[in-house]
Amino acid sequence: MEVNEVFEKVKGLFEEELGIESEKITMEAKLEEDLEIDSLGIVEVVMAFEDEFEIEIDDEELTDVGTVGQAVNLLHSKL
Amino acid sequence: MTKQRVVVTGLGTINPLGNNVITTWKNLINGVSGVDNITLFDASDLPVTFAGEVKDFDPNDYMGKQNARKLDRSGQLSIFAAEEALRDAGFDIDQPLGEEFGIVFGTGIGGIGATEDAVRIYDERGSNRISPLAITQLMPNSSTGQVAIKYGIQGPSLTITTACAASANAIGEAKKMIEQNIVDKVLVGGTESGTTSMTIGAFAQIKALSKQNEEPQRACKPFDKNRDGFVMAEGSTVLILESEKSANERNGKIYGFVEGYGSSTDAYHITAPSEGGVGALRAMEQAITNADINVEEIDYINAHGTSTIANDVNETLAIKSLMKDYAYKVNISSTKSMTGHLLGGGGAFEAMASLLSLKNNQIPPTINLNDPDEECDLNYTANNSIEKNIEYVMSNSFGFGGHNAVLVFSKQ
Repeated sequence: MEVNEVFEKVKGLFEEELGIESEKITMEAKLEEDLEIDSLGIVEVVMAFEDEFEIEIDDEELTDVGTVGQAVNLLHSKL
Repeated sequence: MTKQRVVVTGLGTINPLGNNVITTWKNLINGVSGVDNITLFDASDLPVTFAGEVKDFDPNDYMGKQNARKLDRSGQLSIFAAEEALRDAGFDIDQPLGEEFGIVFGTGIGGIGATEDAVRIYDERGSNRISPLAITQLMPNSSTGQVAIKYGIQGPSLTITTACAASANAIGEAKKMIEQNIVDKVLVGGTESGTTSMTIGAFAQIKALSKQNEEPQRACKPFDKNRDGFVMAEGSTVLILESEKSANERNGKIYGFVEGYGSSTDAYHITAPSEGGVGALRAMEQAITNADINVEEIDYINAHGTSTIANDVNETLAIKSLMKDYAYKVNISSTKSMTGHLLGGGGAFEAMASLLSLKNNQIPPTINLNDPDEECDLNYTANNSIEKNIEYVMSNSFGFGGHNAVLVFSKQ
């Protein structure tokens, strides 16, 4: 799966699952500051990723994930 | 410091009769029922297929999907009712209310819908698929915390869970906070959204609910011979309580005074009222004493009046014990005949109805009362509202657990 395909899937999840407006969701968008995803929201995002991509994500892997792009790259590397 | 008198300066509500105070009051006075067939979920397998649901409320439209999905429905309704009450009282809802404001909320069962959803997901998919929002939605203090966050309330907070007396107790405890100069403004609310399949099934199991599925609007008939139980309902009502001094200083409008509060416990049975309503009677006596009036000064009693066999007879007996001959003269009504039973949200709703009665000099009726029970022989304001000058109103709320909370409101 190409990076842009992963991004489109992530964008869809953020819109549908979390109710985030689509125009806010860019590769550069910061999860906490721009998309207002708090610590509880991050747990939801991870659960949604795991279901969508049929993978498992450890907490340690999230340490450096602060933007949509970093999340997309993490997912891409695990596929 | 002198003891402060407590006034109500703002009202807000969302309930089966309307999504604001004006519509709700119009429907109460016109004897409209808010009860109908259940639409929130498929109730066809349940022994009871009707309830008092909030109508025309889309939480995604109101607060945006990203916010709405973080809250249980009981919390969404609380945020909505609080906004109307704060605006009504003249506060800017875009500015944090700060440390001068306290908050006390009452609820019977909190986010029971969220609890059921989480259990379902656990059973189907395992513990690692339970929503991280489950706990914050299901905890009974969820509305208290979420309303405080939304409107920036940083003073003292309490959540009261005395079942169907919860938000009447909330008003009484907030009254004490203000009287004791702990804080001079308190947002007080009640909320409930327990019209779920499990809850309705469970209440039906203990024969508490009316099963008159054929005519939902007529099922709740307090004090009538053919009553067979209460009707589940959902909604939230919020009142802004203030010291009289604070209200006057900012030229706030005043609906009435919270003049008396009584609270007692039956210590008798976990669901049945004590015989002769003696527990409820003690709370009524305390409220009258606390208001420093005679029972003959009460013009209207907003009864607990659930439409269960046990409540309506025992509440009637308690009112007779309290008022003697005057019991036969005072106007009584059960607004639950129109709303259904708002459970933990009932006390706040009925406080609002009591205050609007005072303000408008009108008494809402007990609808569906066509064939009075011989043991219920008082003046229940059957089927039609009446107009009369009202100076004092008493509002009764009793809950499973044997909790009794009684409030007295006055015009001046």
